[in-house]
Amino acid sequence: MKNPAPPTGLGRALAPNLFDLAALSLVAGALVMIVHGASQTDVPLTLLDATPISLDPANLPEYALRTTLRMLAAMVASLVFTFIYATLAAKSRRAEIVLIPILDILQSVPILGFLTFTVIFFMNLFPGRVLGAELASVFAIFTSQAWNMTFSMYQSLRNVPKDLDEAAKSFHLSWWRRFWRLDVPFAMPGLVWNAMMSMSGGWFFVVASEAITVGDTTVTLPGVGAYVATAIKDQNLPAVGYAVLTMLAVIIIYDQLLFRPIVAWADKFRFEQTASAEAPSSWLLDLFRQTRFLRTFAGAVSDIVESTTRIRLPAPDLSKLKFQLNVPARLVDAIWITIIFGGALVIGWRVFAYVFATLNWSDVLTAFTDGFYTLIRVVVLIALASLIWVPIGVWIGLRPSIAEKVQPLAQFLAAFPANILFPAAVVLIIHFQLNPNIWLSPLMILGTQWYILFNVVAGASAFPGDLKEAAQSFHLTGWKWWRFVILPGVFPYYITGAITASGGSWNAAIVAEVASWGDQKLTAVGLGSYIANATEAGDFHRVVLGIVVMCIFVTLFNRLLWRPLYGFAESRLRLG
Amino acid sequence: MLDVVNAGPESALIDLESVNRSFAKANGDELVVLEKVDLTIKSGEIVGLLGRSGSGKSTLLRIIAGLVKPSSGLAACRGKPIDGPPRGIAMVFQSFALFPWLTVLENVELGLDALGVAQAEQRKRALAAIDLIGLDGFESAYPKELSGGMRQRVGFARALVVHPDLLLMDEPFSALDVLTAETLRTDIIDLWVEGRLPMKSVLMVTHNIEEAVLMCDRILVFSSNPGRIASEIKVELPHPRNRLNPQFRALVDSIYARMTQRAEPRPSTVDGIPGTGVGMVLHPISTNVLAGLIEAVAAEPFYGRADLPVLADKLQMEADELFHIAEAIQLLRFGMLSEGDFLLSDAGRAFADLDTDERKKLFSQHLINYVPIISLIRRVLDERPSHSAPAARFRNELEDYMSEDYAEETLDTVVSWARYAELFAYDEMSEMFSLENPN
Repeated sequence: MKNPAPPTGLGRALAPNLFDLAALSLVAGALVMIVHGASQTDVPLTLLDATPISLDPANLPEYALRTTLRMLAAMVASLVFTFIYATLAAKSRRAEIVLIPILDILQSVPILGFLTFTVIFFMNLFPGRVLGAELASVFAIFTSQAWNMTFSMYQSLRNVPKDLDEAAKSFHLSWWRRFWRLDVPFAMPGLVWNAMMSMSGGWFFVVASEAITVGDTTVTLPGVGAYVATAIKDQNLPAVGYAVLTMLAVIIIYDQLLFRPIVAWADKFRFEQTASAEAPSSWLLDLFRQTRFLRTFAGAVSDIVESTTRIRLPAPDLSKLKFQLNVPARLVDAIWITIIFGGALVIGWRVFAYVFATLNWSDVLTAFTDGFYTLIRVVVLIALASLIWVPIGVWIGLRPSIAEKVQPLAQFLAAFPANILFPAAVVLIIHFQLNPNIWLSPLMILGTQWYILFNVVAGASAFPGDLKEAAQSFHLTGWKWWRFVILPGVFPYYITGAITASGGSWNAAIVAEVASWGDQKLTAVGLGSYIANATEAGDFHRVVLGIVVMCIFVTLFNRLLWRPLYGFAESRLRLG
Repeated sequence: MLDVVNAGPESALIDLESVNRSFAKANGDELVVLEKVDLTIKSGEIVGLLGRSGSGKSTLLRIIAGLVKPSSGLAACRGKPIDGPPRGIAMVFQSFALFPWLTVLENVELGLDALGVAQAEQRKRALAAIDLIGLDGFESAYPKELSGGMRQRVGFARALVVHPDLLLMDEPFSALDVLTAETLRTDIIDLWVEGRLPMKSVLMVTHNIEEAVLMCDRILVFSSNPGRIASEIKVELPHPRNRLNPQFRALVDSIYARMTQRAEPRPSTVDGIPGTGVGMVLHPISTNVLAGLIEAVAAEPFYGRADLPVLADKLQMEADELFHIAEAIQLLRFGMLSEGDFLLSDAGRAFADLDTDERKKLFSQHLINYVPIISLIRRVLDERPSHSAPAARFRNELEDYMSEDYAEETLDTVVSWARYAELFAYDEMSEMFSLENPN
């Protein structure tokens, strides 16, 4: 984990293009469709849970288990989605034209705004049953995890080394076997890293999605998130403390029992022909490898898995399926692109019509103004967090013994769902009667600032020793040292962290700009509170408008700021 | 397995008839890589495809492997047209192409995977191949734990385990150091001579003349632009062959001479064919290397004229590398290749004696006079009031004559040579040429 992978999807073209617009239209259209379907079904949504959430800490282990299971289910769904979507996008050029811009837009859709529709959609799928609400929650986590994993897999598939590809072909591997023997293993390191990042982000959303109110529908799923929500309602500060402790324990256990073993195991998939200096290790994996009983068990499992990859699936010989029409490929492309843009145009119009059925241009203006406020918050917060964490990260990173201890802590803090801590902040703001427009803002970055810290620490640790020595021997000190030595050195890492932090902050705005404690409610003016309030009021037209506006803000912010910076860092400042 | 060599009638394993292959260039024109190649491979022979890098010999190998389709012409394996990788052909790769996440044994078994061999039989055959190729004891190692030579042995075992009729080798020793490569070559030849290798024939691609003479029964010399078979040489020396044997040396010398036959000045070809005018393909060779070779040839024991095999040996270089450098020097008129010799021109001799600043001056004169694309860029920069021009303008012009990759390579070379000669400057971020040299 010393070398964080670059944020996915950033190495590509810089300028926004027509395909982004088309993709935005398609994604927004899907949203409207779900909403429409949901509101058409006029089923009165009954309260799901017969047993209300109890604040007795004795229930917390069970709640924690439920929460963790949701995470796992979402991860499995994300993996399946990744395998299918990324393979399709990587193997078919025409599919790629559509799928990749859509993925790009999906990455910037505010997940928590999404929640509104998905809750109702899934609950209508299974009316009156907990399963619907569970699925909605799992789906919310899935949407927070899948996109970057898919991007990572797609990029790996596009970069499978030519010689391995030729070897696989010349040894007649079937596509199914090739997928498991070449494609998946090659994509594994990037996939594992991105799955870890997704998991970190996921805790935030699992907590947020367990207790949600949409219009007059309230969903409360047994879990840590719902526990916290109940504690807030009851103004029970000790209960919030118990929840924090539980989450701490859950994340540590999850890391030790699941992710560390996977990272250590996935090390063998790293595509390098020379042995690396230090391999990641896991006591659990060692246990499995060294204990005879466990080894036999693991061996049996892996044999079963292995034999499924040997299954001779009837190879879909695509070359035979091709139309034997003598139409030039360019013409087919032209038709295909026309269909896409035609479809995007129609759907875009539908979205427009849906939003403007009850709203007018002044509402759009309000949404954009609110978006602007949130933008200012994000920019100021990232700048502040950078000013604080870059020097500290450099200081830590240059001292290996300290970095070794701080790095896992920073990664842990990044994974911790900061929204559990929100009540404490709200209590303070209410107590000191502070201005919520200013003092709610830091909550947006509470959980995401750690990405900046641990990336900078990683960058400073990886800074080459000879350059350090050269700077020393030429007596570069003070500002000159920062300006010409260490800042350019850690810049690529910093950008990676800042991009993750800023993306997370936009999402967090939806839960951070509106906060409550018991019956006291604090609101900061911004796009996040706009969406949150519209959600609570069940005003779907405004929710759609808010989400589309936020998509536009996030996409433009990424394209106009982060991607050029990332491109610069990659081409000029990457060491080695 | 013992009697496969020379077994069966003299039937053709592979039959190529006037095979052409071309790739689309950026401007939609075709770049011809292979032209009218006829080739027959029979049972029981080792055939070598010898040629410079970029001469299309690897493309030819991939056509036979079924990985690349010919643009026209006929390619058949045992009488059947090749459409996808044919059964009975296995390949050894220059880069080994091992799956790093599979052990040695799993990598070798992968070769049998698609043949539908029962798992027990797979294991038995894989172990036999590992044993044969001298990898005993390494079965459970991962490729990254092995040295280069051991990795290529895995590559061989994986190909041999399928008992192919034809083994294709794509520069199998060129990624290895000299000692390792020699050991592996002799091991393979020994096994072949003893009849212990399970394949009937071998086709190997190489740019190493000695390697071809050491291993092959028949050498096909490739010429470049477009790639075609220039001549065929039978090697009738008995195995094991001795590099110091006078007959061996004579054969190597004659192939060197054959490969440098097209001496300077290059025949001026029709416009549009790569190699002349602005469309000249330049290979990125550092000016340090150019100067180094000029100095080496100017100094004793060569005094301006060097026998190529001797020079290659002294500088510990592969013939191919040496050719590229010598050709660049020839292009700049500092020397010329002729009949297996490399001799310096007067300018080349003068260059060797000059100091840095004067060298740069002489070099810049030669660039302006003999490299059309460089004189073009300089002229454009002189004429424009801004004294700057985007690289894209010249890249587009180059792409009218050559593939995108070659255009990029040529432009890189232009930048590095012009920087050395202080002719013009280049800014990588803005991709602009300018005269803002601090001179």
